[in-house]
Amino acid sequence: MEPLLAITIGVLITCSVYLMLSGHLLRFIFGLVLISNAANLTIFVAGRLTEGAPPLIPEGADAPLGEVANALPQALVLTAIVIGFGLFAFAIVLVFRAWTSLSTLHPDEMELAEPNYGAHAKATKLALKKDTTQ
Amino acid sequence: MSWVLALPLIIPFLTAVAAFMTRSSKSGAWVSLAGAILLLLAAIFLMAQVLDQGVVAAQMGGWGAPFGITLVADLLSAVMVLITAIVAVAVAIYALEDINAAKEHLAYHALFNVLIAGVVGAFITGDLFNLYVWFEVMLISSFGLLVLGGRPEQIDGGVKYVALNLVSTIMFLTGIGLLYGMTGTLNMADLASAVEDTDQKLLTVVAVLFMIAFGVKAAVFPLFFWLPASYHTPAFSVSAVFAGLLTKVGVYAMIRMFTLIFDHDIGFTHTILLWVAGLTMITGVLGAAAQTDIRKILSFHIVSQIGYMILGLALLTPLALVGAVFYLVHHIIVKANLFLIAGVAERLTGSTELSKIGGLYKSAPLLAVLFLIPAFSLAGFPPLSGFWAKFVLVKASLETEAWIIAGVALLVGLLTIYSMTKIWAQAFWEPHPNEIEPKLTTLDRPTQIKLLLPIAGLAALTVIIGLFPEPFVAFAERSATQLLDPAPYIAAVLEAKP
Repeated sequence: MEPLLAITIGVLITCSVYLMLSGHLLRFIFGLVLISNAANLTIFVAGRLTEGAPPLIPEGADAPLGEVANALPQALVLTAIVIGFGLFAFAIVLVFRAWTSLSTLHPDEMELAEPNYGAHAKATKLALKKDTTQ
Repeated sequence: MSWVLALPLIIPFLTAVAAFMTRSSKSGAWVSLAGAILLLLAAIFLMAQVLDQGVVAAQMGGWGAPFGITLVADLLSAVMVLITAIVAVAVAIYALEDINAAKEHLAYHALFNVLIAGVVGAFITGDLFNLYVWFEVMLISSFGLLVLGGRPEQIDGGVKYVALNLVSTIMFLTGIGLLYGMTGTLNMADLASAVEDTDQKLLTVVAVLFMIAFGVKAAVFPLFFWLPASYHTPAFSVSAVFAGLLTKVGVYAMIRMFTLIFDHDIGFTHTILLWVAGLTMITGVLGAAAQTDIRKILSFHIVSQIGYMILGLALLTPLALVGAVFYLVHHIIVKANLFLIAGVAERLTGSTELSKIGGLYKSAPLLAVLFLIPAFSLAGFPPLSGFWAKFVLVKASLETEAWIIAGVALLVGLLTIYSMTKIWAQAFWEPHPNEIEPKLTTLDRPTQIKLLLPIAGLAALTVIIGLFPEPFVAFAERSATQLLDPAPYIAAVLEAKP
């Protein structure tokens, strides 16, 4: 089971890196969803897998009888999923807001907060160069 | 003793609830201020306990260590909580005037207090997964604060801030998962000894994962791009509290992890940190030199100053850690203050863009003096706090014969003066381009007090640390000793009663 999950995690991360680097905010969000699931799976596998033994304590006992699955990674993953859900909800709304108020989803075109002085300087430099060569 | 540690968390959360209930009335801001003052009292009390006992630890929920969640404060944690509370009070006073009713109705004060709770939680938790949760608390409230008001620039900066911070969070989570898989524990004190029996090469890989995750939070080279993209866009109170506290949580987490847990392969990890420190200092200060807006200049200087703190951690000698702790405290006060001053400058002259403002020296000499104190301190002029912080760090690098990094630290200090004189010359000395005389008296008296009182208070702290550095350095020395010899910390955590 572990090798299968390890490969799944690898595939998820590969896809998410591709999506996140593709220069489009919506794809970035999808990539983020995938990579956070990969992280959750990592925690789950790191806690060792025990098949078919839920961590339940029988009535009247203080500890589970026999070997049961590790409950801690399950709790951690659950917390991470809940937190991740909230963050993605925010991120998606933010991206939608970016679409309505900046009318683009390409981060390279978002230059309101950081106007591209570099491009401007380059343009002036080119113009100057033209002047001197003429 | 658990309530000593729980109070600094409970107070901001309760304040957040109360501030949310009163968000539509005028009292919301005062509720927030009252909460900040209570937090300051709790922080002072915690500090007194820690000074007395060395390390204070408590188990939450009645589960003994290392199974439950531990709250623990050593000297570093306690001083960070205290300084957080001081900044919270200063910004809460400033926000009385700076935050308008529309933003209050959008729950500015509630978000602000949740942010403070997240920061304090990150400083006093002794559990790695709990640290992740506090990071998230801090992150989600900072998202809200950053885009509050919803101007297009804010959305633009917010997108970049949110995107890069979420990636860092996921790397942090992956690192936690792998570390748990290797050791079977998440308690930081327990981890310190548990990592000794694991595959050391694999541990280094995990260490680098944590380094990147915290590096994004701390805004070090080459992971800092979200910071100058976003910090100049929100309200001035928001950027002051961000500038003062948020990146420093990343630095704190890095100092904690790389002194307590990841000290197995110093030759590798701390050499990376040394390079990172040098490059962070240089890129930050050069980035600032290219900017023409006060807040953008200051944002790049946050990056540059983070390099000094990482330098202290990278050298890992007692003196270097003294420098890092001292720098951390000094920097939070100075940086938050400079952003607050930028806010007043904008209020008086109408902009923070240097070419559009001027004349402040003639018309508002009080503001000019208040600017000079933190600006000179940032650049490292004696006898202000920044001088001692830089002096200790440079001395530490010379002692370890790290000549190049010492030279870089001095050069960056020089370039910092360049940026500060640029602000000084253009905002204060040159006349205003529209012939406006931006007098402080154009604001009514209560407004003046609310805006200038926190600035004056923080400036006074800078001067006090500068004139009487001995107790502060002695404190930093004690703290560095604790960091380098974590045995008492580990013992305190593992023996603490539920």
